[in-house]
Amino acid sequence: MTAALEVNGLEVAYRAGRGFVPVVRGVDLTLARGKVLALLGESGSGKSVTLRSMVGLTAREGARVAGSVRVLGQDVPGMTARQQLDLRGSQVGFVFQEPMTALDPVFRVGDQIAEVLVRHRGATWAEGLARARALFDLVQIPAAAQRLRAYPSELSGGLRQRAMIAIALACEPPLLLADEPTTALDATVQIQVLLLLRDLQKQLGTAVVFVTHDLGVAAEIADEVAVMYAGRIVERGSAEQVLLAPAHPYTRALLGCVVRGGYAEAPLVELAGSPPDLARLPPGCSFAPRCGSAFGPCGVTEPAEVARPSGHRARCHLPLPLDDRGDGHAGAETTEAR
Amino acid sequence: MKAPLPALPDRGGPAQPMLTVNGLRRWFRLDGKRVIRAVDGLDFSVAKGTTLGIVGESGCGKSTAAKLVAGIEPADAGEVVLDGEVFWARGARIGPEARRAVQMVFQDSHSSLNPRMTAAESIAFGPEAHGVKPGAARDYARALLEAVGLPPDRFADRPPMALSGGQRQRVNIARALALRPRVLLLDEPVSALDKSVEAQVLNLLVRLRAQLDLTYVFISHDLSVVRYVADEVAVMYLGQVVEQAPASVIFARPSHPYTRALFASKPSVDPRRRIAAPPIQGDPPDPVDPPSGCRFRTRCGFAEALCATGTPPLGTVAPAHRVACWMTVPRSGHSQAGVAA
Repeated sequence: MTAALEVNGLEVAYRAGRGFVPVVRGVDLTLARGKVLALLGESGSGKSVTLRSMVGLTAREGARVAGSVRVLGQDVPGMTARQQLDLRGSQVGFVFQEPMTALDPVFRVGDQIAEVLVRHRGATWAEGLARARALFDLVQIPAAAQRLRAYPSELSGGLRQRAMIAIALACEPPLLLADEPTTALDATVQIQVLLLLRDLQKQLGTAVVFVTHDLGVAAEIADEVAVMYAGRIVERGSAEQVLLAPAHPYTRALLGCVVRGGYAEAPLVELAGSPPDLARLPPGCSFAPRCGSAFGPCGVTEPAEVARPSGHRARCHLPLPLDDRGDGHAGAETTEAR
Repeated sequence: MKAPLPALPDRGGPAQPMLTVNGLRRWFRLDGKRVIRAVDGLDFSVAKGTTLGIVGESGCGKSTAAKLVAGIEPADAGEVVLDGEVFWARGARIGPEARRAVQMVFQDSHSSLNPRMTAAESIAFGPEAHGVKPGAARDYARALLEAVGLPPDRFADRPPMALSGGQRQRVNIARALALRPRVLLLDEPVSALDKSVEAQVLNLLVRLRAQLDLTYVFISHDLSVVRYVADEVAVMYLGQVVEQAPASVIFARPSHPYTRALFASKPSVDPRRRIAAPPIQGDPPDPVDPPSGCRFRTRCGFAEALCATGTPPLGTVAPAHRVACWMTVPRSGHSQAGVAA
C-alpha cells in the first residue's frame, strides 16, 4: 500500500516587497498509513505552511511552491483546482486551531457536517444529517440531537473543536491534518480533545500530521516527531528518539525550556536570541548564531541530514551520539514531577 | 541605574504582607437579570518579596481579579491593602504615590503599547507624568531598556511594530518598572510567547524581583509557568479560590479535586508516560448562572447532594494550606469527609 504522505524537497516562498521570502526550505517527510507524525516548532518555523502545502492551500494563496507532495500516492501539485477540492474533505481532513473561524457562523453545525457528505459522498440531505448524528456520538458530544441544531457560537470551545473533528472525519479520510487543534483550549479540555483524537486515530486507522509547538502534546499523541527550525526539519525520528534522546542542539534547547520545578531548584536553561529573519538568513546553519555547540563549519556550510541506522536523523555538523538512549544530555531524561 | 523618582518607603517591616485582598467582588450585569459573577469573594495576601501565582482556566475571573487589585476596574465590594494602608476601597481615590506602587503587565504586548511611541518614549511617559524632567526620564528609560536586556542603542528608538513579541514584552516590563513600583501584577505575561522566549522572560522576571525587591502577583492559565515563578499558588474556579498553598505543598499534595484534575491534565514530555484518560470531562460552566453550592460539583467525580446545597468554605487543612471542599471538612456530611485531606 502507498504511504499516506510523501513529501520531497518541498519549498514554499511568499512574496514580500520585490522578492520572495523562503518560508519552507526543502522539507522531506514520509508518513505510513495509520501513524501519527508531530510537526514541532515555534512560530515562524514553517510548520503550518508545510501542513497547508500538503493539500495545495499555499499555491492558491500565491506562494511559490516547489518539490513533490504525494498524498495517498497522488501527486498534489499536479492536480487541477477541482481535483484538489475533491481531495480535501473526502480523502484528507483538516482541523484548524480556531474552530470559531473555521466553522461558518451562520449555519447550524449539523448542516455543516451533512454538507460534506452531500458534496463528497453523494448522500442525500437526510442521510447526511443521520450520519452527522452518528459522528457527534463518535466525537462524544453529549445531547447530540440538540447540539446538531446549534450555531457555532452557541457551543463551548471544547464542543466546537469536537464538531470540527466530526467534519474532518465525516468521509473517513485516510489522512488527517491538524494545525494546533488543542492550543486554544483550556488545560482540562485540551487533554480531553487530544485523547479523543488519539482514540479515534487508533479506532479508524487514520494517519495524522499534527502541528504543535507543545512538546508535551507531541509526546502524548505522536509515533514520530519532526522538529522544524527556520523552514527546515532539523531533527526527526520516533517520539522516544527525539524527545528522550534529542540529537540536535535546538531540540535539546527546547527541552531545556520545559518547566520541571520552581526557579530556585530547577532553573530554565535559556535559549538566547530569537529565530532568524527568513529574508536575511545567516550563512551556514540557521541555528548557529544561537547554538552553544557551534564551531568552525557551522557559520559556513549548511549541515546535511545525517541518519543513524535506527532512523533517527538530524541536520547538524556535530557527530550524532552513538546510542539512542541515555546519551547524557541534560533534558533528555524526564524527571518531571506532576 | 540612577532613578529620577524616589523609592517608595517601606512601612510595616518585612513581616507585614505587601498586599492583602479582602472580600473582593465584581459582578457584571449583562441584561436585566443575568449576572456574571467574575470575582466572587476573593481573599489572599502576598508576603513581601514573594510571588503569588494565580492559576485557572478561561472565565475563572483571574484577569478581572488582577484589574481589581490594580484599581483599574472598580470592585463592587472588598478592599485592597498595600503594606498596611488601604490602597483601594469603594469610593476612595488612589493617590499618585499608591498608583506608582502597583503596576501591571498585560498579556497582549502589542495592544498595550502605543504604536506611535518609541520604546524609550513609552517607558519615559510614566516618570514624566510624575514630574520627572524629559531629559532625565529619557536617560532612565535607556537604563531600563538595558536592565531588561534590550541594548538602548539598538532599541530605544524603535516603535512596537519593529519589535518581536518577546522584545515588546520586555518593553512593557521596563515601562512598569519605570515608576519604581513595589508590586507588579503580571497578567499572562508570557502566554503569547514561544517557549524559548518564554524561558528568557521568566528568568528576567525572577532576576528583577530579587534585584529590585519586588512583590509579584503572577496570573496564568499555564500551570508550569506558575510552578516556575510562584512561591505561593492560588487556584481559581469560576470566580472563587478553591485551593491556596505554598508552591512546594500544592504541587506535592494537591487536595481539591479540581486542582488534582488540573495538574493531571498536563502532559509530560515523556512519550512512555502518557495520560490514559482525561481526568475530568466537559468544559468549565458558563460563569453566568454558576452551579449552586460548590461550583465545581458539575464536573467533580466526588460530588454528592451536600455539594449542591452548601458552598464549601475556604478552610485551613494544614498550616498555610487552604481548600474549599466538603471532603476536607471533618463531619461535613460528605461520605469522603476527612478521607481525602
